[in-house]
Amino acid sequence: MTALPIEPVPAPEPRWRALRGVNAGDRIYRGTLTVLAVTLPLLLLALVGELVASAWPAIRRFGPHFLWTSVWDPVAGVFGAAPMIFGTIASSLLALVIAVPLSLGVAIFLTEFAPKRVRQPIAFLVELLAAIPSVVYGLWGVFVLIPFLRAQVVPPLRAVLGWTPFFDGVFYGNSLLAGGVILAIMIVPYIAAVSREVLLAVPGSQREAALGMGATRWEAVWTAVVPYGRAGLIGAIILGLGRALGETMAVTMLIGNRHDIGLSVLQPAYTMAAAIANEFSEATTNLYLSALFEVGLLLFVITVVVNALARLLIWQVARGTAVGSRAL
Amino acid sequence: MAKYSIVALTAALALAAPASAQVKLNGAGATFPNIIYQDWIINYNRAHATVQLNYQSIGSGGGIRQFSERTVDFGASDAPMTDSAIAAIQSNVLHIPTVLGGVVATYNLAEVQGALRFTPDVLADIFLGKITKWSDARITSVNPGLKLPAEDIVVVHRADGSGTSFIFTDYLSKVSPEWASKVSKGTSVNWPVGLGGKGNEGVTATVKQTPGAIGYVELGYAQINKLPFAAVQNKAGKFITPTLESVTEAAAGAMKAMDPGTDFRVSITNPNGDKAYPIASFTWFLLHKQYDDAAKAGELVKFVWWAETDGQGRAPGLGYAPLPKQLRPWIEARLKTITADGKSVWTTAAR
Repeated sequence: MTALPIEPVPAPEPRWRALRGVNAGDRIYRGTLTVLAVTLPLLLLALVGELVASAWPAIRRFGPHFLWTSVWDPVAGVFGAAPMIFGTIASSLLALVIAVPLSLGVAIFLTEFAPKRVRQPIAFLVELLAAIPSVVYGLWGVFVLIPFLRAQVVPPLRAVLGWTPFFDGVFYGNSLLAGGVILAIMIVPYIAAVSREVLLAVPGSQREAALGMGATRWEAVWTAVVPYGRAGLIGAIILGLGRALGETMAVTMLIGNRHDIGLSVLQPAYTMAAAIANEFSEATTNLYLSALFEVGLLLFVITVVVNALARLLIWQVARGTAVGSRAL
Repeated sequence: MAKYSIVALTAALALAAPASAQVKLNGAGATFPNIIYQDWIINYNRAHATVQLNYQSIGSGGGIRQFSERTVDFGASDAPMTDSAIAAIQSNVLHIPTVLGGVVATYNLAEVQGALRFTPDVLADIFLGKITKWSDARITSVNPGLKLPAEDIVVVHRADGSGTSFIFTDYLSKVSPEWASKVSKGTSVNWPVGLGGKGNEGVTATVKQTPGAIGYVELGYAQINKLPFAAVQNKAGKFITPTLESVTEAAAGAMKAMDPGTDFRVSITNPNGDKAYPIASFTWFLLHKQYDDAAKAGELVKFVWWAETDGQGRAPGLGYAPLPKQLRPWIEARLKTITADGKSVWTTAAR
């Protein structure tokens, strides 16, 4: 037997070459995408750098005191952001307290209970709320919501809960409550729309199994459908919170713009975004301007922290395969 | 290819520019006088095609900044530049008054017929939070004909920095030592009490929607929107209803205490004069004392002088109080000091 000549097997193409692409078109395509992908994080870094640089005089002057002092006196050049930090977080949480039950209710009704004919129209109308400009919400708030709160909502609230510190003091109209309610209305469409998608993605077998075990419709929703989609639902709520933290125009028209910390939701307050929008154009001294930049930096940091916490929460909840966890 | 066409385009533009021989003048600053400045620019351009004026109402603070950095040819401000800001640009600035603004106290008292009257100390104590009820004896005693309710007073102030706030707090600082030491004056201050509204419209909306509210807005804005506003007792002890005429009187009254060599950065709140409404102020153009470009400086001075003379007639119709005529020679003397290359540019401006 003569040995057959063994054909040399070509070495497999290295992975990097396959990735880089063999022809020019691929390479250009890949290069373009890389540039685009890198640009956004770079933009973010540049933004942080710029904010820190512009805020530096205030950071050096006030140090960490900026975070917990309440005096905001442009004449004396003394600045403390505590009331704004408080107002931003308080108004957003108040908005969530109102908006979450409402939007989850809408989403559950639309996916589980509503007759087919009304699902689309209601979903469309709820989502339409997101298309209304913020300043229109503000005007509506000033001319409709505040008189309504004053006449119909606050008197009974005070009658029942007036003894708590949360409903103490005189109600002038422009207040944390008015700001929180308008924010709630503004974030409902976001939370409701995402929640609806999440619930729609829950497999029918979940419901069938629960109903097969003898659960009522209500029990099926709360034991089988909602827990299955919990990661996605938390994501929806966080999306709403993110919106609420940064909202400016409608809030500044309703919250009263007062640098003050009070437990009562009937008192005026201030938010960081509103203060920046109001005071930036006439900030006459460098320190004043710098203090506003620092407020901007803080708002940025708070938003990042909230999103990071949300992601952690979702990872915690989403062990296993929950709907929507991957999308987030 | 692309490169060549850009070169060609640049060349074409460079050639085209001198052909039109237009001088471009950019200004930026205060929002309060924006309406009349835009009106002046339109009317001036109609008669003077050789100059193209542009004014951006970005706010007094921004106007001062851009003027100081020389990104604009002239600035405009409702609050005069501070000494330190002037020192920072080697005193290369002239404040030229353009028109006058008045600030009025507007209120929401549905049952009250007729205009309220305030004495200076009552107004200050309301905004200090020391007078909290409309039925307070100090308010009722100067308003004998009016039946004032026992309602809470809700103070509304500007949330955004503004020249209106500057005029109002400047006045309160003059009439109330407590205000001067606790709050002082500025485009934004640390308000002792009250709600903040954004802009004249924000303050107005909050006042209109809040029973028992009191706020302050520009006179012109209050007149156009038919808001109720209060008469204020002036230095001579007379209660004066704010009007464009009584605001002009304020400047005329204040002039008596002024030196012709003034740098015009004077506050004219609480002036002398029987007919003067006490809460008023100049608003200023900011011009450089020395310009680099003589052609530009000449056109600018010409425009400013037109605004000080022919332009004044347009003020009342737009809700601004014109400057008193006695002020003109003072302003003329000041404009004559503006130089480019060491030479006065007034000669080219004179008509």
